[in-house]
Amino acid sequence: MIDITARVQSVWRRNWDAFLRTYRVNFIPPFIEPVLYLLALGFGLGTYIEAVDGIPYPVFIAPALVSISVMYSAFFECTYSSFVRMYYQKTFDAIIATPVSIDEVIAGEMLWGATRGMIYATLMLPVLLLFGVVAMPSSLLLIPFAYLAGLLFAGIAMCFTAITPSIDALNYPSFLFITPMFLFSGTFFPLDLLPQPIQYFALAALPLTHVVGINRAITLSAFTSVNLFSLAWIAVATVFFFVLAIRLMRRRLIV
Amino acid sequence: MVSLQLTKVDSLRAKRIWALCPGRLKSRPNPPEKKACSRLRGGRVPPLPERKEQAKRCCILTTPQTHQEEETIGDVIVARDLLKQFEDLVAVDRITFQVREGEVFGFLGPNGAGKTTTMKMIQCISPKTGGTLEVLGMDVETHQREIKSRLGVVPQETNLDPDFSAYRNLLVYSRYFGIPQREAEKRAEELLAFMQLEEKRDVLIDKLSGGMKRRLIIARALINEPELLILDEPTIGLDPQARHLIWEKLRSLQAEGNTLVLTTHYLDEAERLCDRLVIMDHGKILVEGAPADLIREHAGNDVVEVERTEKVVTRLDELGVNYDLAGDVLQIFTDRPNDVARELLEVCRHEAAVTVRPATLEDVFLRLTGRSLRE
Repeated sequence: MIDITARVQSVWRRNWDAFLRTYRVNFIPPFIEPVLYLLALGFGLGTYIEAVDGIPYPVFIAPALVSISVMYSAFFECTYSSFVRMYYQKTFDAIIATPVSIDEVIAGEMLWGATRGMIYATLMLPVLLLFGVVAMPSSLLLIPFAYLAGLLFAGIAMCFTAITPSIDALNYPSFLFITPMFLFSGTFFPLDLLPQPIQYFALAALPLTHVVGINRAITLSAFTSVNLFSLAWIAVATVFFFVLAIRLMRRRLIV
Repeated sequence: MVSLQLTKVDSLRAKRIWALCPGRLKSRPNPPEKKACSRLRGGRVPPLPERKEQAKRCCILTTPQTHQEEETIGDVIVARDLLKQFEDLVAVDRITFQVREGEVFGFLGPNGAGKTTTMKMIQCISPKTGGTLEVLGMDVETHQREIKSRLGVVPQETNLDPDFSAYRNLLVYSRYFGIPQREAEKRAEELLAFMQLEEKRDVLIDKLSGGMKRRLIIARALINEPELLILDEPTIGLDPQARHLIWEKLRSLQAEGNTLVLTTHYLDEAERLCDRLVIMDHGKILVEGAPADLIREHAGNDVVEVERTEKVVTRLDELGVNYDLAGDVLQIFTDRPNDVARELLEVCRHEAAVTVRPATLEDVFLRLTGRSLRE
């Protein structure tokens, strides 16, 4: 059984307060990243690419940039940052000495990771609008969907954090899982350029593939039945990793 | 006109005292003289209607208690055959103890004796392997949240939140207890004043000295007005000034009727603060009692120390006097220190120094746990 009450929001609130305290530095990446990527890849490299499936290249990569940003912000929040809070700052120990349960601490961390993903998507949206690469009003859906996608990556991240022996070992999932996903999830070129087996692998095992698919449908305002499959995949995986992360963390922290 | 001079802190203390009252009256129909005095000194006496209110609440609280065993009434912590087993180690080996309401209870022992593990089981953050453990009348297995909400914890490791200032640390922590913000702000200010940290209100944790951090941790542990305060090595690594200030604060908390449970390596600290204590080693309790009683029982009144020389050893053996070996020094625990000292001075005049001093808890500790290093 997972023991979560409304107290989970006090954990979330702690991270929100800390985020606001350093808001200047936190707000830079979501503004700078899309500008850099759009200029270098979209309008630089993109001049050699007429169109992808009839879509101008900057418009093609815009939803991928949002997806990547959500993935990075949620994943790194719940790996390195959570690990620092858990292991170095002993913040989790301090909190579980209060009526807040360990389940609520971990859930609060993951909900915060998801929130961070949503904040980044929200801040990127005006930049993308300025470049004229996303359709409105459907692109407003990027924001709520970023929360769900963020929760998925936060859950996966928290599972790694729960089993990692040290902060250095977190580099393994970062380089062996996150970086390949960044490149091979239909982000900068369509998935169907890859050999058939790898396409299936990407759809089965790389969550970003589904996130990019849905975000692309949102920014192009062109939805298909495949999106429904992706949404179901994400929903199931999110619940699975959310629960698994809490169980793994209990095993690690309750001795 | 005494009441005019009461500070905010005094009224905070007064409130805490009265918050504790129902429980105390329940357990101790005739509270000791000392406590009664300190309560009056601590702050304002509530007006009569309020006192009646207290009395009423007492009655309500007393009724369900009647079915309990006589001995456990008024005990804040009751442990029976408490066991904590890790894969390859028995950390706490079936210990039994009671902590009474309003007392300062100490856990002493070498590193690895099982003190911190015991503290963690009391705090409901480490599940016990066996035995029973009740805190504030509730089972630690089934009432974790209820117990934790009424506990104040000062952990061994400083785990203040480095992302926030001293004041924000208290506020963020108060949210974990669900204390309303307005109330939390008031308590935070009062506690900063109580621990003499007002000037550091807006300073980040990294900029605080070790003593200030420990004081802030104690302030943090008081934010929920706990009925029981657990302190794991409260003055570890502090300079004498900082330690004395913390002792003073802990004593004033006790004077208000709070129950304190602490572990410490500093035996002078235990001797000063604790009403009763246990000495643990290898997960077991070796002795239990008031510091003065333990000293009398296990070390005698005085200690004669003399340099270890052939002559002295021979003479002591002739006389059949028991002595302990402490490095280059022989220790004789005795109730007739002057006779022993005179005898020794005669034997080794000008060759070795002879010292007479009162026995301390440290003597008891070393006699019971030995002199070998643990880590």
